[in-house]
Amino acid sequence: MTFEQGVFYFLAGITVFSAVMMLLQRNPVTSALYLILNFFCLGGLYLTLNAQFIALVHILVYAGAIMVLILFVIMLLNLGDDKRLTEHLGLRMYLGIAVSVGLLVQLLYIFGFSSGVNAQELSPASVEMGTVEYIGKVLFTKFLFPFEITSFLLLAAIIGAVLLAKKKLVQ
Amino acid sequence: MIPLSHYLLLSAFLFSCGVLGVVVRRNAIVIFMCIELMLNAVNLTLVAFAQFLGDATGQMLVFFVMVVAAAEAAVGLAIIISLFRNKQTVNVDELNILKW
Repeated sequence: MTFEQGVFYFLAGITVFSAVMMLLQRNPVTSALYLILNFFCLGGLYLTLNAQFIALVHILVYAGAIMVLILFVIMLLNLGDDKRLTEHLGLRMYLGIAVSVGLLVQLLYIFGFSSGVNAQELSPASVEMGTVEYIGKVLFTKFLFPFEITSFLLLAAIIGAVLLAKKKLVQ
Repeated sequence: MIPLSHYLLLSAFLFSCGVLGVVVRRNAIVIFMCIELMLNAVNLTLVAFAQFLGDATGQMLVFFVMVVAAAEAAVGLAIIISLFRNKQTVNVDELNILKW
């Protein structure tokens, strides 16, 4: 096993482990901490794909901003542990497991047997494509209009968040 | 080298984990985190395709998905806070005011 494969399987293993642990934890704070571990490993996986810029932005935005926000809200609301999953779910939990396992099997079938994409190696252009320089160039030429539209989206989100968190739903 | 299919299998598993969490968990904030997990699984697929096929469009799409995720987190958490203020709970079984 080469060094590259070792890194990939190590990161992939932690990613899978932390995703499963996030589902099984009853305390939302512990769930959030496992999700942060998951995000850091995903950032590492982006690095193995030569996508440095995406990896850094991913860690900044997800682990740095979104998860801090979620942890703030959990602590602000002062939530206790959830009830045990099996106590109050019975049939619905088995249905949920059946649905997601069905989805997983379908996805594996598609990914495993699709003949269209069968790449074994990273494209030679990928080293250059992950850099800030290249992404900046594409973002501000070909994708300039969508980029400007995102500013409206963020503005709407800011106004919406302030309005919703400030006002009471029922007067 | 690691083939593209391994990245796809990993992201399929992560996505299914997210779906399972949304269906099974009852805490609105944990459901929220599972949605983030699903978004991330899709992001991994997009970056993997972009880097294996040598096309930067996938990476741009990841950039926009992150913007949407940030906006969604801000608005969604504001809704959760507002709900908690009115109903004193974030258990989605008890939040049934839209049900008729």
